[in-house]
Amino acid sequence: MANEQFEPRIVGFLCRWCSYTGADLAGTSRMQYPANLAAIRVMCSGRVDPTFVVKALKDGADGVLIAGCHPGDCHYSEGNYKAMRRYPMLLNLLDQFGIECGRVRLEWISASEGERFAEVVTEFTEQLKALGPLNWQESISALCTGT
Amino acid sequence: MAKPKVAFYWCASCGGCEETIVDLAEDILKVVEAVDIVLWPVALDFKLKDVKAWKPGEVAVAFINGAVRLSEQEEWVKLLREKCSLVVAFGSCAHLGGIPGLANATTRDEIIANKYLRAPTVNNPEGTVPQEKSKVNGFELELPNFWKDVKALDEVIDVDYYLPGCPPPFETVATAVNAILENKLPPKGSVIAPEKALCETCPRNESKPDDLTITSFKRLATSTPDPEKCFLADGFLCMGPATRGGCGERCINGNMPCRGCFGPTPDVLDAGLKMLSAVASRGAADTEQASQDFADSLVDPLGTLYRFSLPVSMLRRRLVPTGDNQ
Amino acid sequence: MSKRITINPITRLEGHGKIEIFLDDAGDVERAFLQIPELRGFETFCLGRPAEEMARITPRICGVCPTAHHIASTKCLDDLWHVDPPPTAKKLRELVYSAFMCEDHFLHFYFLGGPDFVVGPTAPATERNILGVIAKVGLDIAGQVIAMRRKCRELIETMAGKVIHPVFGLPGGVSKGITEEQRLEFLKTAETAVEFAQFSLNLFNDVVLKNDDYVKLILDDAYAHRTNYMGLVDENNKVNFYDGHVRVVGPDGDEFARFAPRDYTDHFAEHVEPWSYVTFPYLKSKGWKGFVDGPDSGVVRAAPLARCNVADGMATPLAQAAYEKMYETLGGKPAHATLAFHWARLVEALYAAERMKELLEDPEITGTDIRTEPTRTPDEGIGIVEAPRGTLVHHYFTDDNGVLTKVNLIVATNFNAAPIAMSVEKAAKGMIKGGKVNDGLLNMVEMAFRAYDPCHACATHSLPGQMPLVARVYDSTGKTIKELRR
Ligand code: SF4
Ligand code: SF4
Ligand code: SF4
Ligand code: FES
Repeated sequence: MANEQFEPRIVGFLCRWCSYTGADLAGTSRMQYPANLAAIRVMCSGRVDPTFVVKALKDGADGVLIAGCHPGDCHYSEGNYKAMRRYPMLLNLLDQFGIECGRVRLEWISASEGERFAEVVTEFTEQLKALGPLNWQESISALCTGT
Repeated sequence: MAKPKVAFYWCASCGGCEETIVDLAEDILKVVEAVDIVLWPVALDFKLKDVKAWKPGEVAVAFINGAVRLSEQEEWVKLLREKCSLVVAFGSCAHLGGIPGLANATTRDEIIANKYLRAPTVNNPEGTVPQEKSKVNGFELELPNFWKDVKALDEVIDVDYYLPGCPPPFETVATAVNAILENKLPPKGSVIAPEKALCETCPRNESKPDDLTITSFKRLATSTPDPEKCFLADGFLCMGPATRGGCGERCINGNMPCRGCFGPTPDVLDAGLKMLSAVASRGAADTEQASQDFADSLVDPLGTLYRFSLPVSMLRRRLVPTGDNQ
Repeated sequence: MSKRITINPITRLEGHGKIEIFLDDAGDVERAFLQIPELRGFETFCLGRPAEEMARITPRICGVCPTAHHIASTKCLDDLWHVDPPPTAKKLRELVYSAFMCEDHFLHFYFLGGPDFVVGPTAPATERNILGVIAKVGLDIAGQVIAMRRKCRELIETMAGKVIHPVFGLPGGVSKGITEEQRLEFLKTAETAVEFAQFSLNLFNDVVLKNDDYVKLILDDAYAHRTNYMGLVDENNKVNFYDGHVRVVGPDGDEFARFAPRDYTDHFAEHVEPWSYVTFPYLKSKGWKGFVDGPDSGVVRAAPLARCNVADGMATPLAQAAYEKMYETLGGKPAHATLAFHWARLVEALYAAERMKELLEDPEITGTDIRTEPTRTPDEGIGIVEAPRGTLVHHYFTDDNGVLTKVNLIVATNFNAAPIAMSVEKAAKGMIKGGKVNDGLLNMVEMAFRAYDPCHACATHSLPGQMPLVARVYDSTGKTIKELRR
């Protein structure tokens, strides 16, 4: 249930070459955006193994943002295409696990797009507020037999 | 010298693992010469109370097959753990949860409703469902209660070794039994099977190009695999790259792709996610739409990537609104 | 308060079958229950799976008869996708299936049910097992049984990938054919199987039929039930394991129904009891009348004798001769003697072996046209085969993409659940009187149970050791006053 007080916890895997710099820019330009995102700098969006995403959700995140360079601009040329191919497959899988696809988001944000970064975070935070907390750990233990 | 004592036990099992032991034990006289079987519920009459009377460590090894789903099973395996020096998880169900572990994608209530209320042939106007305790003309009868989820053996007790496979081929069983008898044991926690992926020993490996790309997954329902070609190269999902070798490429020899019953290669946190990552990166798609289409061509990722390992996956089971599964 | 005896024949707390016998004050059997405390939920956890995977998933229902589930599922997939497999594919499936029936029937006869007869129903428990059989018939024959099973199992493994949980069935055909070289090798297996089946029938003749006590036992009313029977028959009403129409005959032997698998829901319904996880199928038009036999009862038996009872004969010559001889001794058709299931099983093993041979002599068997790829939209499919233990139904519904939306499975032990419960109760009533219970009597109760070869009890006798059996008699406070073990 949507909760006014609920502040979603978001883990952001940001590519160091573009999106992370974009986030920095948003910060240094003092753009307004929610403080719900904990950013993790990665070498490339292609390095974000689906395992990282699932681990974040399992360990308490309500949502995960993966952000990389725009297609064609990847520092390692193909990395973001890998991310692009994995993403819908991961969402299909998470859906079968009962985790809404709105909880994981893939965005292309360049180093100069500070404003876009702020927008994405704002929008994603709102979306997660509407979805409510995931609370994976608690929900799952209620569904399993304790041992 | 006293013969080592060996115990067999089964939990939620299809009996296939027991059949392997039977196949193995067609050379039973050899086995009986070397070991002393002290527990085997399918074949020998020993009871819980006999097991309780054992001294801790008195029994050299317990082979346990089947997933764990009932509290009675929990009680038995905990007792066996206490009394046996080694515990071996035998077969995919004990090792990873196995196919019955797919039940973690649904709920107990759903299982009961589909079976006793909604099945097309059921005639049950009063909505009778089986009860743990019932009375028929004054006679009291009991049925076991089921856990809400299915567990692999090591979620319930400490496990020393794993024998993978659904069921394990009897050659690997023989290897394990010999290793135990000769005291040539690998480090605790080992899966007694090769470390390398199935692909490495697969007879079709040569037809798997290094720069393999997949445009879209084919369905076995409507396409027929080439009898020689690597399944992935042919467009069929095959779990070979993420699955431990050692099964003798049994399904491949039947011209069908691997479904991963041997479980993941060592050091893999989550078999399904690893496979997803591996095949998705091989996709030929280079637009968002094409990526979506490619993903959609893999129907049922959960049931395919976790065919044998849902209970031990990172996410363990499907989340459902609380209250649905009581 | 009644006394209670618990027989837990598989020594499993959770078990796959548990017999509860309640005695009245006089110590006679008042009521006996056979409970199946098992539920795994395949009907539910298969939903959302692509239907073609069912042929690989459902064998895990039972590791003792995985081939039956594999083939029933594969046939269900043909129907689901509205596709007719090429003749070679059908023959390859039937070949694998015949090898399986043959191997499984031998296993049952020699290792499971056989010891009761070969060694004797009241022989000491320590001898009433495969070791006792070996002592009686000689080690040489035991070796032959093992070798025979191994050969049949090798055939299945070569053709279907795995013997426990085969993989080769696809909608519209199979994934793999056989070579001429394999055909010749398998033909040898089939020929040996025919000889071995004949030998087994002779053994049955010498050891059982020549012993008046055994014949009396078979024909004893304690083991008889006048029920309906069901089974698949071919177009000539001969027994068929792989394909055909379902035929049902009443207790008088008259045809009650004959229908295509597609129409099974018009003829069968399932009853639910609160004390068992198994459902009890019955003939819809007769209705559920409880655990009773007779002309009005809807209870219907499946498995070897039932198949012989519904058919007009066997489709192969040697099996036909054995079939005729069996009914001559049993006093005509239908035979209601539960223990004659063992005999019918051997007649069927001979048919399966002969059928293997026929199929392997058919030039089409090495054909390369082994699949018709489906092109039509899937919606609903039904597949029926005869498993060693009786009729097996797989019924799937899917969306347009062939993803499962509903699944119904009726397994052989389902059909036989009510009859087994009745047989056990009747045998108990006949054998336990005035509170007098001894090992031999208990075994006879269990023999009734074993005649049906319910799944999961299968591996039970296959090794040295004893059929685990415990009987406890409690007083009214629940204290054990007597305990019997063997
Ligand atoms: S691992 Fe396979 S063969 Fe063994 S019990 Fe489980 S389903 Fe049966
Ligand atoms: S992907 Fe499958 S078919 Fe290809 S090499 Fe690996 S195991 Fe063999
Ligand atoms: S090919 Fe794969 S699924 Fe088949 S037996 Fe080997 S490991 Fe198991
Ligand atoms: S370097 Fe930024 S996405 Fe690859």
